Amino acid sequence: MDQHHTHNTGSRDLRMARSMCWHCQSEMSGEYFCERCVKVQPVSKETDYFTCFGLPRRLTIDLKKLEAKFYEMSRAFHPDFYQNKSETEQTISLGNAATLNTAYRTLRDPIQRAEYLLDLEAGSVKDIRTSPPSDLFEEILELQETVEAYRASDRTSETGRQLLTRLVAERQALDQRKQDMEHHLQQICTDWDALQDRGEATSQARTERDRLLKQMREILSNRTYVKNIVNDLAATIG
Amino acid sequence: MPRIVGIDLGTTNSLVAYMKDGRPCVIPGRTGRPMVPSVVALTDNGLIVGDSAKEHLTRSPERTVYSVKRFMGKGLADVQNELAYFPYSLTERGGVIRITLGEKSYSPPQISAMILRELKQRAEAHLGESITKSVITVPAYFNDSQRQATKDAGLIAGLEVLRIINEPTAASLAYGLQNKTQGTIAVYDFGGGTFDISILKLKNGIFEVLSTNGDTHLGGDDLDRRIADSFLDEIRTASHIDLSTYPDHMQAVRLEAERAKIRLSDELKTQIAIELPDGKGRYTRELTRDQLESMVMDIIERTLTPCRLALSDAELAPAQIDEVVLVGGSTRMPLVRRRVQELFGKQPHGDINPDEVVALGAAVQADILSGGTTDMLLLDVTPLSLGIETMGGVMSSLIRRNTTIPASAKELFTTYVDGQTGVDIHILQGERELVKDNRSLARFRLKVPPLPAGVPRIEVTFLLDANGILNVTASDMRTGQSQSIEVKPSYGLSDNEVEQMIEDSFKFAQEDVAARKLIEARLDAEALIVTTEKSLSEGARLVAQDMLAAIRDALTALTAAKGGTDPKAIRARMADLEQTAKPLSVTLLDDSLKRSLQGKKVTELT
Repeated sequence: MDQHHTHNTGSRDLRMARSMCWHCQSEMSGEYFCERCVKVQPVSKETDYFTCFGLPRRLTIDLKKLEAKFYEMSRAFHPDFYQNKSETEQTISLGNAATLNTAYRTLRDPIQRAEYLLDLEAGSVKDIRTSPPSDLFEEILELQETVEAYRASDRTSETGRQLLTRLVAERQALDQRKQDMEHHLQQICTDWDALQDRGEATSQARTERDRLLKQMREILSNRTYVKNIVNDLAATIG
Repeated sequence: MPRIVGIDLGTTNSLVAYMKDGRPCVIPGRTGRPMVPSVVALTDNGLIVGDSAKEHLTRSPERTVYSVKRFMGKGLADVQNELAYFPYSLTERGGVIRITLGEKSYSPPQISAMILRELKQRAEAHLGESITKSVITVPAYFNDSQRQATKDAGLIAGLEVLRIINEPTAASLAYGLQNKTQGTIAVYDFGGGTFDISILKLKNGIFEVLSTNGDTHLGGDDLDRRIADSFLDEIRTASHIDLSTYPDHMQAVRLEAERAKIRLSDELKTQIAIELPDGKGRYTRELTRDQLESMVMDIIERTLTPCRLALSDAELAPAQIDEVVLVGGSTRMPLVRRRVQELFGKQPHGDINPDEVVALGAAVQADILSGGTTDMLLLDVTPLSLGIETMGGVMSSLIRRNTTIPASAKELFTTYVDGQTGVDIHILQGERELVKDNRSLARFRLKVPPLPAGVPRIEVTFLLDANGILNVTASDMRTGQSQSIEVKPSYGLSDNEVEQMIEDSFKFAQEDVAARKLIEARLDAEALIVTTEKSLSEGARLVAQDMLAAIRDALTALTAAKGGTDPKAIRARMADLEQTAKPLSVTLLDDSLKRSLQGKKVTELT
């Protein structure tokens, strides 16, 4: 798994932190179970979700493989299988299973996966503030006015019906926009994976990396913005 | 590891099951029926449970508790609009409903514990060993308080609850084991008091719940009420009698409505007959299946909204469901089957007994926990979002609904004022934005060292365990010290109260055993008296007078002892009588043997 740790400077500390079995105090080489006493070991707090599943830090994931790995690890960690074990082992199994479930939920969803990767990788782009593109912003402002007018109108009147037709069309347009964003995000994710696979350490590669992360952040934040508007709209027009 | 039994603690009926040679099976009672009616009655001889208690529903309705599951983990305000339907008296103390029976009041977990103890004894009698560990099922849509109340009930009954498991998922375990199913299934569970829908993915022994939804206040009880209300209206119009002032007749109407509903699952029409009070005759009518269906249609429709929400949360279309499994007695209604079939576009499976499948699944889960079954694993979800109260009375979600459990969330807390020593935290469960629209679970006060504002950093971990029950821990990020948190439940018994109830229940159990011994001794004595009297009348001519007198004396002594309350004394007098009457029995036996041989040739005897 080491080759995938190009950016994880904490990986050495991580192994140091859990290099000893809590039970028999022996040096551990096993990943989740001590090789000597076979006791379950807590997943370190520093272990990221990709590492947890033995995956490289890439945004394209084979969901079938992820699921298979999740099921396999659930069989290893689920509290159901620790009923006859010591209290310490039960606590570890509970904690590990909870971490595993969160990790799976995060990586399974492409949006959450990208957001999580951003959190891990952000560094220099962490504090970039994003605001919606001005055309989108104006569109939304106009939409809000229509929504207000619709709320105030008699919904059975001609005006009410016209406003509703407009809102339905707006929702379709926004849905389309959200899909376009997701498509764009997918493209960036592919670019990101390709850049990682090349593994270059040039300044050019670093610039490219930051550019991709920044784009990712922008799209994710705009997508959330549009998603919330669409949800509000759906709540209003049903 | 000691044996773990699986228990379905139902609104209407309860069952206990265990794993026998790799197959789950329910444990029958003395009468052969596995179902124990979830009814507890206070009689002159004490508290009774099950079939015999059910007979008291119409005899002493104000002292007979049914559907207690509807009150688990609730306060009085939660059930305000249905109080009129229950003949027994409900009050509240410490956020917990109390049911008055005679001079005492009982919390719903205590009443449930009596039902659990009945099941425990049944299992002990059947298996010939002491049972102390269990898996108990709850509706999937039960919140934390309701789950905790169920766990308390187990403790009070002397049963450690190793796992609280959701009813529809339990059913899927039994169903999947029996049919070796793979793919996506929907479990539609419409029981006596609750409705659940769960959507699961079954793959190589993993049962992964994708989503769940439901209504913990929607069940067969509501159908019965609707039918009963229509009878009551008709009686009021036709006979000018308001039966609501007659608790015993109200129960009779409710039971007749339930019976009619059940009959109409097989028949197209049925006759209704209800005796009216004060010699006003009887109310009779015919009820057809069509009439019944139009009466309850809207209640059945209410089950479909949760189904659609569950599908949407699982991001599945109805056509993507491979199989639909029906659970719970209410799914026997043809209307229910029809509506489910229309929604999912396929015929639901009815090849398993909808009354037993939940208990069977609980037994499978019990076997997994005890290490027997190792190839199956259930990955369940939390039905409701968990969050905390934030500024402005808004709930901030920490763990979203349909998150696989165990699940945890961490939240960092700090202070707003210099020297502040505590932060109040209010935990909620629900899907609404505002605190007031969600369920308050608990409150606690986080202790903070007195420091300038913003300096303390306390990390609180909210952990939902595999039972869907919340555990809260906190640690000071600066010192790394963990702190214990005393969480005060909003709708639950305190630990002290549960302890007291366990103690009371132990006393009750001992009294119960004593009462049982006395009743059994009396019954045995009665039987011995009858046979001895019979022997006396038949054999008086065969034995000496003084022996007859001795037998009669022993008989009188036993009759006197039987009138007392000491089972040991009764057993001692029984032994005396048996000893004294022995020559008489032997003589009678010889005599009957002789007579049976009379007229037979010796050759016939060999």
